[in-house]
Amino acid sequence: MNARESTLRIGLVYPEILGTYGDRGNALIIAQRAQRRGIAAEIIEIDAREPISSGLDFYLLGGGEDDSQHIAARSLQESRSALIEAHNTGAVIVAVCAGFQLLGHSYEAADGSLLEGIGLIDMITRAGANRSIGEVVIEAEPSPNWGTAGPPSLITGFENHGGRTQLGQGVVPLGQVKVGTGNGNGSDGVLGERLLGTYLHGPVLARNPELADRVLSWVVGPLDEIDDSLERSLHDECLSRGSAQGVKRWWQNRMLARG
Amino acid sequence: MTSLRTRVAISSGRMAGAVSRLTGRGQGATISGRVMNAIAPNLLRDSAQSQKVVIVSSTNGKTTTTRLLVDALVESDFPIITNATGANLASGIAPVLAGAKQSGLAILEVDERVVSKVIDPLNPVLLVLGNLSRDQLDRYGEVHAVSAAWRKLFIANPSLAVIANSSDPNIVWAASPGTVTWVALGRSWREDANTCPSCGRLLEWTNDSYDCPIDNGGCGFTQPEAVAHLNFSEDENESATLLIQEKSHELRLALPGKWNLANAALAVVAANSFGVTPKRAIALMATVTNVAGRNMKLPLGDGRNAQVLLAKNPAGWTEVLQYLSPRSTQVVVAVNARVADGKDTSWLYDVPYQLLRGHSVAAAGERCLDVAVRLNAEDLNPIIDSDPIAAARRLKGDDITIVASYTQFSALYDKYRKSKP
Repeated sequence: MNARESTLRIGLVYPEILGTYGDRGNALIIAQRAQRRGIAAEIIEIDAREPISSGLDFYLLGGGEDDSQHIAARSLQESRSALIEAHNTGAVIVAVCAGFQLLGHSYEAADGSLLEGIGLIDMITRAGANRSIGEVVIEAEPSPNWGTAGPPSLITGFENHGGRTQLGQGVVPLGQVKVGTGNGNGSDGVLGERLLGTYLHGPVLARNPELADRVLSWVVGPLDEIDDSLERSLHDECLSRGSAQGVKRWWQNRMLARG
Repeated sequence: MTSLRTRVAISSGRMAGAVSRLTGRGQGATISGRVMNAIAPNLLRDSAQSQKVVIVSSTNGKTTTTRLLVDALVESDFPIITNATGANLASGIAPVLAGAKQSGLAILEVDERVVSKVIDPLNPVLLVLGNLSRDQLDRYGEVHAVSAAWRKLFIANPSLAVIANSSDPNIVWAASPGTVTWVALGRSWREDANTCPSCGRLLEWTNDSYDCPIDNGGCGFTQPEAVAHLNFSEDENESATLLIQEKSHELRLALPGKWNLANAALAVVAANSFGVTPKRAIALMATVTNVAGRNMKLPLGDGRNAQVLLAKNPAGWTEVLQYLSPRSTQVVVAVNARVADGKDTSWLYDVPYQLLRGHSVAAAGERCLDVAVRLNAEDLNPIIDSDPIAAARRLKGDDITIVASYTQFSALYDKYRKSKP
């Protein structure tokens, strides 16, 4: 049972600038999966002109355009300690694409300019030579951070980014990339205690109900079963599309290699 | 005098177009142009020489604005040619121009990413620019890149005449180096205009206008003064007042929604620059009921018809949902994710589908599961059927609207044309 007195407070960080790729859907999905278990939830949009308050249960960051990422980086600097304190005292962070990059030390753009991140995760990102666009399939990394339920099944998403992310020693990625680019070196994202970073849109929690429940349980503990057969069929359909694309990419690379 | 190469190019292109139509692969306009360009690379330039070219571009509304402008100009002295089939790439424009029998006006809708490529060969007398918003991010990239590409064009050609929407910061940034007539159309979607296109700071929005205030560390970028203003009436989906230099004109259309009133306002001002009075232009536009299938009444095969609307991106969907929300209609949301739709369906979460609460809804299209999960996240509990017509039949009542993404819409339009004797 999920006995819980208070309403879950889901913070959507700077949706007006980190909201270009539909990632606000992650907030909606967490709220809905909580509500379907009788847990009240509200979504709180955090304006980039305002400081981030540290009293929320979730902080969600999404993808944005280059200009927007600059503003987000500046605003996040001002709220850096509030966000880190919130995370240290139990809040969950889910960060996608531009938002994920800003959790690291820095992002180096194609023009050489350096954007400072909040340094919550030991990682750096550089702009790559080309953009990675397409379906992604990830096998979740085994980690105690998943809790008693263990890692979720294969994760599906859609990537659209030019960043190449290097994790520091001992930093655990979200998982190993089966199809697509992710961080650019075989893995995607980052997995920490109550923390998930990834390049995947979709939105990632809409396409991956098991992953969404892992994230939700980081705050509310073990969850009751719900009938989410619709969400699971979307997950399966996305996986088969992802692997079909993987076969196509593998074939193209093979033909290219042969000349 | 047309060269032999041009004539060969045109006839080869036409043949390719005919094959495309005969085999049912398409309407032939795009493939025919591609064949022509391969044979005669200067064709666009040569065939545009005898025409006064008007380019209409926008993320949303370019086909309708083009059509309304053509209708407003029918009584003018110029013969008019246009790409009414919506083939708006260079290869789609070429056959229209090459097919012209005499000199006159060419009113051409041009894809927003193609505008920069065709300006030089087409040498237009006027550009008409509506709005820019996120659309097929996987294929075309982000909005500011399009705006910046247009701006370069006007910096290189400051005498280029342009009629443009002053309510859209990305349009203003793009067009302001040109010779501009501003029209304030208002705007319900501003999610791609939260940052200043000039300096990258957060824009300040008050009601319908925006500003990047200097006293706040901004650059002073602001909404320019417009010569024409569109003001929506109480029932804002039905009519509006177009104020042109302090003279007020009532705008009422057979086409639905605020977005079409905005398209029409832009076309009225454009027609006016060719000497057509606003009053006459509005009267000529008012009779248009269906533009390349937009707003068609599609038979469902059970005695009922569905109204079919096109929505390609979050801005378009937002307009359509605001129009449908107060109506007592049941709604089919039909979405594909082919190349022409954008392969990433994440944008579904940028669309305020909660506006459909209280309506019966269905999720359809090749990506009906993505749609269903999205609609379910708003507790809408949709019927799920990949076929939009089958989905529509499962909805009750006589008022059914199918809102479709680009390739879903094209397939329905094909069905509609086949249903007509």
